Amino acid sequence: MAEIVLEGVTKRYPDGSLAVRDVDLEIADGEFVILVGPSGCGKSTTLNMIAGLEDITEGTLRIGGQVVNDLAPKERDVAMVFQSYALYPHMSVRENMGFPLRLAKVDKATIDRKVEEAARVLDLVEFLDRKPANLSGGQRQRVAMGRAIVRDPKAFLMDEPLSNLDAKLRVQMRTQISRIQRRLGTTTVYVTHDQTEAMTLGDRVVVMRQGLVQQVGTPAELYDMPRNLFVAGFIGSPAMNFVQASLTPDTLRTPLGDLPLDDRMRRELERRDAPREVIVGLRPEAFEDASLARDTGGPAVTVTVDVLESLGSDAYVHFSAEGGPVSTAELEELASDSGLADTGAGGNQQIVARLDAATRAREGQPIELRVDLGKAHVFDPSNGTNLTHPES
Amino acid sequence: MAAAGRSHATRWGVVNVVVVLYALFPVWWIVALSFKTPSTLTDGSYIPTDWTWENYKGIFQTSEFTRALINSIGIALIATVIAVILGTMAAYAVARLRFPGKQLLIGMSLLIAMFPPISLVSPLFNIERSIGIFDTWPGLIIPYMTFSLPLAIYTLSAFFREIPWDLEKAAKVDGATPAQAFRLVIVPLAAPGVFTTAILVFIFCWNDFLFAISLTSTESARTVPAAIAFFTGSSQFQQPTGSIAAAAVVITVPIIIFVLLFQRRIVAGLTSGAVKG
Amino acid sequence: MSTMAEPAKDEAKDQKALSAGARQERRLGWLLCAPAVIVMLAVTAYPICYAVYLSLQRYDLRFPDRAEFIGLSNYGAVLTSPFWWDAFWVTLFLTVVSVTVELVLGMGLALVMHRTLFARGTVRTAVLIPYGIVTVVAAFSWQYAWTPELGYLAGLLPSGEAPLTEQWPALWLIILAEVWKTTPFMALLLLAGLALVPEETLRAAMVDGATPWQRFTKVMLPLMKPAILVALLFRTLDAFRIFDNIYVLTAGAHGTGSLSILGYDNLFTALNLGIGSAISVLIFICVGIIAFTFVKLFGAAAPGAEVKR
Repeated sequence: MAEIVLEGVTKRYPDGSLAVRDVDLEIADGEFVILVGPSGCGKSTTLNMIAGLEDITEGTLRIGGQVVNDLAPKERDVAMVFQSYALYPHMSVRENMGFPLRLAKVDKATIDRKVEEAARVLDLVEFLDRKPANLSGGQRQRVAMGRAIVRDPKAFLMDEPLSNLDAKLRVQMRTQISRIQRRLGTTTVYVTHDQTEAMTLGDRVVVMRQGLVQQVGTPAELYDMPRNLFVAGFIGSPAMNFVQASLTPDTLRTPLGDLPLDDRMRRELERRDAPREVIVGLRPEAFEDASLARDTGGPAVTVTVDVLESLGSDAYVHFSAEGGPVSTAELEELASDSGLADTGAGGNQQIVARLDAATRAREGQPIELRVDLGKAHVFDPSNGTNLTHPES
Repeated sequence: MAAAGRSHATRWGVVNVVVVLYALFPVWWIVALSFKTPSTLTDGSYIPTDWTWENYKGIFQTSEFTRALINSIGIALIATVIAVILGTMAAYAVARLRFPGKQLLIGMSLLIAMFPPISLVSPLFNIERSIGIFDTWPGLIIPYMTFSLPLAIYTLSAFFREIPWDLEKAAKVDGATPAQAFRLVIVPLAAPGVFTTAILVFIFCWNDFLFAISLTSTESARTVPAAIAFFTGSSQFQQPTGSIAAAAVVITVPIIIFVLLFQRRIVAGLTSGAVKG
Repeated sequence: MSTMAEPAKDEAKDQKALSAGARQERRLGWLLCAPAVIVMLAVTAYPICYAVYLSLQRYDLRFPDRAEFIGLSNYGAVLTSPFWWDAFWVTLFLTVVSVTVELVLGMGLALVMHRTLFARGTVRTAVLIPYGIVTVVAAFSWQYAWTPELGYLAGLLPSGEAPLTEQWPALWLIILAEVWKTTPFMALLLLAGLALVPEETLRAAMVDGATPWQRFTKVMLPLMKPAILVALLFRTLDAFRIFDNIYVLTAGAHGTGSLSILGYDNLFTALNLGIGSAISVLIFICVGIIAFTFVKLFGAAAPGAEVKR
């Protein structure tokens, strides 16, 4: 059990490229922290540096108060679960799980006891004498987990441990990992590129992009108060909608229509001396079917429904806004990472609204939507900063 | 459906039998010859009418053959061991490390794989005589291991590339020293590839004829393929057919055993290096 | 991005620290390769240079003291001699015909091994035997098979015929022996190439209405091209240095001698080291030309030329 502290940790490769830049992070004892971001953002490199598998170029790393920059992985007492599971194919499940203890010269009886115990927790008892090749993907994943927990290490490091599982199994294992972590109370650093995993698993989430930490916070903080365009676009599914807007003293002129500013926004924007051209971000649930709205306050816009997706509990309404898609470096990176850039949806900006299932929206028909400005964000297009964030 | 399936199966059955016959017929023929008595040797039948072990007894009584057999085994084994050790080192570097000159090494071993041995026979003949290893074991071991090195490097680097090197990392995090990671994780995984390569190299050395007749002049280092070619009948008027057949069968046996036991591995070894490149 | 702003001093320090690791890796790489490289150079590069040197000398093994430098005369003698050209055409003929036949048969064999539903292991084992068997042994088996009075195959011919004593029949028998021995190797290389053809692509072609022949020529062959070229390259170079089979079957008599046989005879029968070395060097050049042609003309990806990571 230990806290992990990163101070100005930087990784530079021999060719001069910076994989991780000046990361400061304090992970409390027993905390479950997620590193999330698109591929190449430096999250796995950061994890490897904590594990001791990659050298730290600059900065300090402390585990349990001890500086471990120059310690070999074996001296750091951390356990790691790999994306490929990295099970030893020539060893049985029992031997795989007992391997770290065997290396630590633990006596045979203790090894057996601990392995059996972990196998019970993970429901692996009947597979103990099989080789990894004879296990299913989910079972292999559990063996990899088992190999980590038998050691009772200072921390668990997990590198996309669920990304090789199919969707249904991934959800089940997610819950199980969460349960095990809470029961053992071991500090955990978990890397993923899946924002759903990040939101559901972590006590705190660290969003990274191009080697830089974008924001650290609880899932709710990241969702409700993203510091910048990148975090706003990365967290949430369906993603936040972005439209271009011009700022007048008391209105946002958007392709959807004019949206009057409320007091909170006006205050923040004034304080930060916002530019005239901005980007407005609206989450799908910031829209509401005007005919079903409980209160009549707030601005309303009328749009034509392109596609309606009924999910039973909710209905997603897709429509397009005049004017080209909003394009910034951050959003392009997000689009190419999620593959959206390849869908061929050019032309107008596509918007998604999440409405009550009772909506009477019909494809091809106009509908009036009420916009909850309390959930709107205004971003500076030049650097992506959220101008309505209370602290930034 | 069922009828069609059966005729399909029959067709494949016929094809398979043809393939097996094609592969085995010359082998069977020489086995049959080796069990024939001198009087029935020329009867041309596929199955000896008169079985005899005489030919085998005959060759094992001559030092010409027994010495050659010892030479063959000793030379092939030593050349294999050295080639596999050197090949493993180079292949590990090729598969795992970044260093300038790697392409040069690969190009060079490719060049040697294509090298016509006859081009080396005359210079080696002269060099070996002048340094005194002509007609000795080292005189054959050195060219054998050289010409099998490219084979060893290709096959082994193909195997090494297949090893999931994540495991090395996992072992380190699990608390292994680099030496332990190598001994407990990498060696057990690499062993099958090394073993397969050793079989291929051994077959290669065992097979050679040109060097064996060019770089030896007496029984002291002559291997079986070369010795067979110099067999003479026990009398001037007798053809050495029976002895040659028996000797041929004896040196074919190890190959058959390898093929039977390690068929799958040999196929994997032969093809891995060549196609994945 | 922000690297520009960073002090240059740090940059230099890191460069040094990091290249220390790279240097170590490089040193280890060289160290591990060194023994193999030294052996290969010592046993091939040096002798081939020595062969060039020898080929420029009049050097008769019976009179080693009379060796003298005579420039390119040996090459002139070889290239104007009918023996060289006869052997050259024989070798070329054997190479082209046997490799062609092997390719066709090998492809058939590969398809059988790939498609066969049962006894796959048996077929593969059987096919490996010709590959593994000592060439000399196989050659003797063929020789006895075709020897009148002795062999089962000679018995099929009109009596009195001895095919191994006439040029053309003998050449075809050499090809037969060569093809029998090496087709399996070709087949295995092609089989590995076949494994690279995705089953789904073939199904797609089937759905698109391709006949079996079209599927073979339009889908399989193009996808297998790299494997085919590598197999052809290897086999061509291998066939060009044919020695064992000819030595046992005809000893190069009756106009069946290949270049390798010619070189061997000049060295060990005529004991002429100068001429023999000139032949060695010329064969080496021929092989070089073939390899170069393959790589340039057909773009054969030289196996192992690019290490996949």
